[in-house]
Amino acid sequence: MQNRNRTSHFHSSLVALLFAVLGVGGVVYGSRIQMPGLASRHGAGIDSMLAYLLITTGFLFAVGYCALAYFIWTGARRERIGQRLASHRTEWLVSGLIGVMVGLIAEGGVLAIGMPVWSEYFDAKPPADAITIDVTAQQFLWNVRYPGPDGQFGRTAPQFMDDVENPVGLDRSDPAGRDDILTQNAITVPLGRAVRVRLHSKDVIHSFFLPNFRVKQDIVPGMTPEVVFFPTKSGSFELACAELCGLGHYRMRGFFDVVSEEEFARWLREQASPTGGR
Amino acid sequence: MPPTATNTSHPHDLPASGHELGFVRKYIFSLDHKVIGIQYILTGLLMALVGATLAALIRLQLGWPTQMWPLLATIFPKGYAGGVMAPEFYLAVVTMHGTIMVFFFMSYVLVSGFGNYLVPLQVGAKDMAFPLLNMLSYWIGALSALVLILSFFVEGGAAAAGWTAYPPLSAIAAAVPGSGAGQTIWLLSMALFIVSFTLSGLNIVATVFSVRAPGMSMWRLPLTVWSYFIASILGLLAFPALTAAAVMLLLDRHLGTSFFLPSGLVVSGRHLTNAGGSPLLWQHLFWFLGHPEVYVLILPALGIACDIIPAFTRKPIFGYRLSVWCLVAVGVLSMVVWGHHMFVSGMSPFTGEYFSIATMTITLPMTVFGINMLASLWGASIRMTVPMMYSCAVLALFGSGGLGGLYLGNATADMQLTDTYFVVGHFHMMIGGVTLMATFGGLHFWFPKMFGRMMNATLGKVHFWLTFTPFFIIFFMQHFLGIQGAPRRYYAFTAYDFLKEAQWQNVIISSCAMVLIASQSLFIVNFVWSLFRGPKAADNPWDATTLEWTTSSPPPHDNFGDVPTVHRWPYEYGLDAGGSDFADQRVPPEQAPVTA
Repeated sequence: MQNRNRTSHFHSSLVALLFAVLGVGGVVYGSRIQMPGLASRHGAGIDSMLAYLLITTGFLFAVGYCALAYFIWTGARRERIGQRLASHRTEWLVSGLIGVMVGLIAEGGVLAIGMPVWSEYFDAKPPADAITIDVTAQQFLWNVRYPGPDGQFGRTAPQFMDDVENPVGLDRSDPAGRDDILTQNAITVPLGRAVRVRLHSKDVIHSFFLPNFRVKQDIVPGMTPEVVFFPTKSGSFELACAELCGLGHYRMRGFFDVVSEEEFARWLREQASPTGGR
Repeated sequence: MPPTATNTSHPHDLPASGHELGFVRKYIFSLDHKVIGIQYILTGLLMALVGATLAALIRLQLGWPTQMWPLLATIFPKGYAGGVMAPEFYLAVVTMHGTIMVFFFMSYVLVSGFGNYLVPLQVGAKDMAFPLLNMLSYWIGALSALVLILSFFVEGGAAAAGWTAYPPLSAIAAAVPGSGAGQTIWLLSMALFIVSFTLSGLNIVATVFSVRAPGMSMWRLPLTVWSYFIASILGLLAFPALTAAAVMLLLDRHLGTSFFLPSGLVVSGRHLTNAGGSPLLWQHLFWFLGHPEVYVLILPALGIACDIIPAFTRKPIFGYRLSVWCLVAVGVLSMVVWGHHMFVSGMSPFTGEYFSIATMTITLPMTVFGINMLASLWGASIRMTVPMMYSCAVLALFGSGGLGGLYLGNATADMQLTDTYFVVGHFHMMIGGVTLMATFGGLHFWFPKMFGRMMNATLGKVHFWLTFTPFFIIFFMQHFLGIQGAPRRYYAFTAYDFLKEAQWQNVIISSCAMVLIASQSLFIVNFVWSLFRGPKAADNPWDATTLEWTTSSPPPHDNFGDVPTVHRWPYEYGLDAGGSDFADQRVPPEQAPVTA
């Protein structure tokens, strides 16, 4: 009998230890993981939302797992139960208080940190000097269009679309479209100006995901969502598709380069000659 | 005033009058809720084997994306043409893994299986309210599983648009190979499944309402029954939305309608003539089902854990009534938060704000429920049996999964995390893990009642360690893959520089997954061996209090012989009266004090 008790104590202690190790180890592991380097202004707000959540939930996670471990550790050594039935008052106090506390952490995070960031991001009117880009997603590439020197996008319509000749369906009769600049999978923007991206999809749902800029927007066919954001770092970044779009979903890669105004002007000129505005 | 259980023209009166049923009527086309429950459980476990095999294929690909697999190429000549997994096969495998695990494993085993087996026993009834309907739901369900499996063998392979089946990808055959016959069959299978699941849910609700034993008031129902009751109501309210959506999508696919297809689509260079539809409509309909569905799965898991825990802490559950109200509150809230799956879908950012705030409200009842479970261990005298270990695992995963939910329900954080591995990690902890742990806990706990034999505890403990530990590591790490930006449903992470770091993590995750999947053989061995060779079980091997333990193991055809009369709540543990420390629900107040 004593032997059996000893093995069962040993086993319960192992289970308790397991939860304690996971609780503490999880927080240690999580604290070592890095997000992709931040490169946009509103992204700082998203990162502080995430930081708030990582800290609060990390704390609750570790405490919760250690509490579980503690109850198992002590409970397995108890021959007779301690207190049998808690009073309703205790029940309400213990669960109610902790419930309200965690609820406040969750709701407070949304209201105090999250919503201001969210509404600032979605309410943002593009400033006058914003660079406007038109992106048309298709399986499995990004058609990028700049308005060209006249600052006007040419009209497009689906009936003109042709994968080889006219991927975004430019209306050739519209003079505004003659100087439009087209690239594939390559977006370049100047540092120091807001970027406004108008999104379209030709076929299925794609999602415009710039991990470093904390930008993700689904592109549902038939809708034309826009994203506005302000790059804060120059460099070459990656554009990924974040909504399952078919076989090539995992390699629908684009480039998003943030460069100086001079480099940007030079890049635009290079794109405009010989194939631009096909 | 609880209703009485004197339903007169019950089919179970037949065998009692001396008529013996043949093998087919007894074990195959049975009307007995216990047989049907076990049928559901066995079917679900078989489907889980298929789902786990698919998971193994997924993990092999993600862990070692450049590796050649000549053996797999001989088994799947098309899927592994040339020894490398084809991207279309990968997507089909991902889609089918999700569909099978959510609908044909968890819904079958946990909701329909245990629900069928336990609810009538725990409310003290002879059977479900509608036994014939019950048999019908099982066989329609079995048919839907068969139909789904068949889709692997059609032209173009199984559906490949994800278990969420977002159109246009799922609506247009040219969009992805699986969007041919495979998708049509997937939708048909879903429609059949919903018929089956709705009938079964209706039956559970009716059973709880109408055939409870005398004295079994609603406030004397075990939390298991409460959870099935709420979950079934949720299922009844939510599933019809997906039925409608599935029919509309079938019409779009085959009869030229445009419910989900807007004008101007150009797929693979071909101009489509559809006009006026909205792909977002599908997402609303799908998630109007999809979000309550996760509660349909998770509430029974929590209920089961709440009934296992007191048997091994030897004291009543903490905050019983509070927990019931939490289940009710969560049920109501779960119907009005579906939009948190769609924060960046393009719907109005204002609705995003609403869905964020509403979703965070769920934190309150769910935390209270979780703390009630944790506080049930407070001052307990714990017997760390296999079902108890799994119940602790339920609690642990419910905690970590719930905390992950705070990120995803928060629109601002979700902008970065949606459609990444954070989501994959989160829902596997919740509707994958909480439910899986409850399934194993429940199977170990009620196996003696179901089959009259005990499962092997040592093997069960080894199985626990080799299941829970890798499971936790896999899905915990996936959260952080998501924080690093790794999108879900990627065939490989090789195309991006920012995902280079994902490789070593995927190797660890895949290795753990192999351990997890391989160790399930221990469970199969234990299950089969115990079925035939396990030591005979007593009627009440765990000294538990609910009604199913008051009858023989396994129970007779009509469950109790004489209908039991209930005198107390289901958690009368820790009594200081005489030799035993518990009183089952039938024990009259003269023999042991009624404390709640």
